[in-house]
Amino acid sequence: MTALSLLNVWKEYDDQIVLENVSLEIAPRSFVALVGASGCGKTTLLRLLLGQEVPTRGNILLDGTPLPKEPGPDRGVVYQRYSVFPHLTVLGNVMLGPEMAGARIWGRFFGTRQRALQDSARQMIADVGLAGSEGKYPAQLSGGMQQRLALAQALMMQPRVLLLDEPFGALDPGIRSDIHLLMQRLWNSLPMTVVMVTHDLREAFTLGTRVIALERHRTRPEEIDRYGARIGKDITVWPPRVAGGGTLYDPQNKAYGDDPVGDVETAGRPDQHKRL
Amino acid sequence: MRLINQRLSRPAILALKLAPFALVIIAYLVGSAVRLADNPADKLLPAFASMADAIDLMAFTADRRTGDYLLWTDTWASLKRLGAGLGISTALALCIGVAIGIFPVARALLGPFIGFVSMVPPLALLPVLFIMLGLGETSKIALIVIGVAPIMIRDLSQRVLDLPREQIVKAETLSASSWLIAWRVVLPQVLPRLLISLRLQLGPAFLFLIAAEAISSDSGLGYRIFLVRRYLSMDIIFPYVAWITFLAATADFGLDRLRRWLFPWSQMEGGT
Repeated sequence: MTALSLLNVWKEYDDQIVLENVSLEIAPRSFVALVGASGCGKTTLLRLLLGQEVPTRGNILLDGTPLPKEPGPDRGVVYQRYSVFPHLTVLGNVMLGPEMAGARIWGRFFGTRQRALQDSARQMIADVGLAGSEGKYPAQLSGGMQQRLALAQALMMQPRVLLLDEPFGALDPGIRSDIHLLMQRLWNSLPMTVVMVTHDLREAFTLGTRVIALERHRTRPEEIDRYGARIGKDITVWPPRVAGGGTLYDPQNKAYGDDPVGDVETAGRPDQHKRL
Repeated sequence: MRLINQRLSRPAILALKLAPFALVIIAYLVGSAVRLADNPADKLLPAFASMADAIDLMAFTADRRTGDYLLWTDTWASLKRLGAGLGISTALALCIGVAIGIFPVARALLGPFIGFVSMVPPLALLPVLFIMLGLGETSKIALIVIGVAPIMIRDLSQRVLDLPREQIVKAETLSASSWLIAWRVVLPQVLPRLLISLRLQLGPAFLFLIAAEAISSDSGLGYRIFLVRRYLSMDIIFPYVAWITFLAATADFGLDRLRRWLFPWSQMEGGT
């Protein structure tokens, strides 16, 4: 389980301040949605978490240890575009991570190792709903399928943190809600913390356990360069969602169940125990 | 209907494709016939029949002095030089181009230098090469490499830089080292471009080859053309030019087919 802490993080590009004194504690297994207007530093914050950028000031801790200064396998990422490799098939894309982790010179597995990895890759591909497309190239897949592939590819590394940069922003509404279900299922079943940048509030509240809005508090033209974005709103989604569990309104969830409908045990009265 | 929206039938396309070729041949035949009617000994635009004789002489008759079939020995000599020159250029382009594209150190060290070197006019260096490397094969191959490699390196390194940064970062999150990024992410994606770049450099490569052979050689297509030029043997020069063009066009076509066959994804939308 991985907690992320940002301690007084600033990010400046030359004279322009993008993020200003951002402090944030992200609990293990949360699903944090970062929202905000265009250009308010959502993606910059995500890049800081990824290690693609380094904070100008401040620290980012992953489980109490400072984040490495470059991206690594503990943090997976799915972008809106360019997340998969056009020269590899679906199967090749999904196998790439473990192959590069396990074969440091050729980046390929052979023989039994290859077959074992192929089996687990096929399992993962089926898991994200791409069974049957193993031999296709990304260009032959629709946008939604490409994002499913990108998820599968990232999840093969079993990242402790999964970072999503507007991953579903370019998809049709129908396809998007399907992939939301997939995303929820994956977050529920895998031990990872998710941080997602989105500009879709509905998506943020559908998926997140916590919605964080970045805001610039000074927006006059002469101020805009010298004042960065801060955390404007920090909303814990209610009813609370717990990874692996349901919500208050989930009829299958016993933890919150005060409803006679469902599988409810009546204390001390086994004779009354029945399914209605 | 606008001209840009015209839909052509297949026979019409075929006819249009062949028309310029037919036009050139007809123009030649007419010109040749007019000149030969004036002066049967005219050498400038020989009739096809005398060209056929010349082809027979060069390609299918053993040379009286050496016993060689000159067209084939010339072709073989030229292709060896061309192959060596293009092969070395391709290898250089791959190694240096990819290095410039992915390593900041290599980019800072070699980027501006290669850009500068690629502006040196290679033919102006030809005398220097002949003096320093001698009149043998080395100087001819070196000329091709100097003329072709810097352009290919620049093209390829630009292509590497054009790869979305997201892909590189994604590869890092998949535990790739610098080497593995070069080997499994960058290299396969720029190989199709390398073949395209090679195709585009076939023309310049032939130019440098023929220039070098024209000045100093004892065999080769360019050597032969510049040798028989002294006798105004247009009946040999024309077939040789056609043969060189055919070789270049075949290589061009073959490289394109090779790319489609090796890298099917490069033809698809979103590919390079």
